[in-house]
Amino acid sequence: MGNVLVVAEHLHGKFPKTTLVSLAAGKQAAGFTGGKCIAAVLGQGIDALANELAEYGVDIVAVDGTPFAHYLADAYTAALADIAKQKDVEVVVAAATALGKDLLPRLAARLGAGMASDVTAIKDAKTFQRLMYAGNAIATVEIAGSPRVVSVRTTAFDAATKDSKKGSVEKVAAAAGDAKMQFVEFAETKSDRPVLTEASIVCSGGRGLKNGENFTTYLEPLCDALGAAMGASRAAVDAGFVPNDLQVGQTGKVVAPQLYIAVGISGAIQHLAGMKDSKVIVAINKDEEAPIFQIADYGLVADLFKAVPELTEEVKKLKSA
Amino acid sequence: MKILVTVKRVPDPETIIKIGADGTNITTDNVKWVINPFDEIAIEEALRIKEKVAGTEVVLVSIGQKTAQEQLRTGLAMGADRAILVLSDQVLEPLAVARVVQKLVETEKPDLLVMGKQAIDDDSNCVGQMLAELLGWPQATFASKVELGGDQKSAKVTREVDGGLETIGVPLPAVVTADLRLNEPRYASLPGIMKARKKELKEIPVTDLGIDVAPRVKILKLETPPKRTGGRKVGSVQDLVKVLHDEAKVI
Repeated sequence: MGNVLVVAEHLHGKFPKTTLVSLAAGKQAAGFTGGKCIAAVLGQGIDALANELAEYGVDIVAVDGTPFAHYLADAYTAALADIAKQKDVEVVVAAATALGKDLLPRLAARLGAGMASDVTAIKDAKTFQRLMYAGNAIATVEIAGSPRVVSVRTTAFDAATKDSKKGSVEKVAAAAGDAKMQFVEFAETKSDRPVLTEASIVCSGGRGLKNGENFTTYLEPLCDALGAAMGASRAAVDAGFVPNDLQVGQTGKVVAPQLYIAVGISGAIQHLAGMKDSKVIVAINKDEEAPIFQIADYGLVADLFKAVPELTEEVKKLKSA
Repeated sequence: MKILVTVKRVPDPETIIKIGADGTNITTDNVKWVINPFDEIAIEEALRIKEKVAGTEVVLVSIGQKTAQEQLRTGLAMGADRAILVLSDQVLEPLAVARVVQKLVETEKPDLLVMGKQAIDDDSNCVGQMLAELLGWPQATFASKVELGGDQKSAKVTREVDGGLETIGVPLPAVVTADLRLNEPRYASLPGIMKARKKELKEIPVTDLGIDVAPRVKILKLETPPKRTGGRKVGSVQDLVKVLHDEAKVI
């Protein structure tokens, strides 16, 4: 009958979709443990956020204070470990975002808990599925003891929806402990395009684009015509064409949009790991032997430097028709 | 200063994985083994610090069977000074790995631990963070830039996070985990390979460390995910737009 604690990540006074996904996973886990789903909101000046999240029908534990103004693994771990103990928590859940990936293992170690990363399914209170080997093996794992800690893959669960019954909001004073880490700055990538992990259409470029300028010249207009987020293969990031936060793949972001357009991407195993659950996959590549065509619903063997501008124009025509 | 770097022996990323007859492991026949790519980046970062800070020693640590000697020798050939191999026939889960390294840290007393952000076999992305907690050290994961303070008592680390780059400051000792763009690892040179043969590679049975490595997470089964099959080729951009609009209804 233990409770489930969801760590609710927020940015600029908002909860990204990934947080609502982790909340849905937390509610599902609570269905198995028979306890309550509680969400922890940490930060500075977070009253409105805490109230907003309570509308999803979960009880909120709010930790408000200067040491939590910026996310830092050591301070957050200290506070969350205390909450987990006070609230009789059996399962801790967070989205497998950069923050979740950074925080949860530290928290698991603090709690002496077994952990499963990037969980794609919750089978019961102790049994979870996760992917290994770049998505080439689905592991069913059982975690012994309590508490147990899981980060959840954000494409594997639907986002939680608001509930008619509002949860309670409890403000707790938590200590940051002997925190040593210091926030210096966050250089945010400004973009008017949708967030990669939330977009319904993603256009990604690979090494075939040859350089960073070509992402701007060729891929960005296509993204804008489609209202799509822009992604990239590891090869393109490796070559320095685009920043790493655009990387789709085993070691980057996992996406599952309605439409994924892979441009000049050969289809290495590790890239497929990040996008093969997309509903419709399109590949544009001049090499007809490229492995990407083996999984693409629609393949176009063409020179991307001709095909992409043409596609952009066709999409614009379609949209204005 | 002294830098400890962890090295994991993993199947080559291009290997097609097959699940073994027991259903809880992969078959290792015909698998080419390499240093986990992120660990190579970690080694390179340690070597770059060694080149800048005189008197720096780079110590590699691996856990596994004797075969992991091969990856440690490669790391030594890249330029690391010595290596420790903790022998274990059992595959250890992240928390157990963190406990093993914690034990070695107690005797080695490094100023910095550099690790790969994630091993590309189990894809857990856990050990660095767990180890930092066990040691009570700060952590700087997913690093794309590491700047040591002039006195080597602190570091400013730029991290690859969602939506941009975050910079944090940490006092040393600390755990840094390497992301893709931190550096481009060097290849071992021929003289490096010759020298590596003579460098110290100490083996310690995991049982000698006297720590709890009992698993908390048990793999009940491994399955191959449903295979996605390709569709068809279209002849032109116009055809593509037509099928996406009329058939798939996604634009």
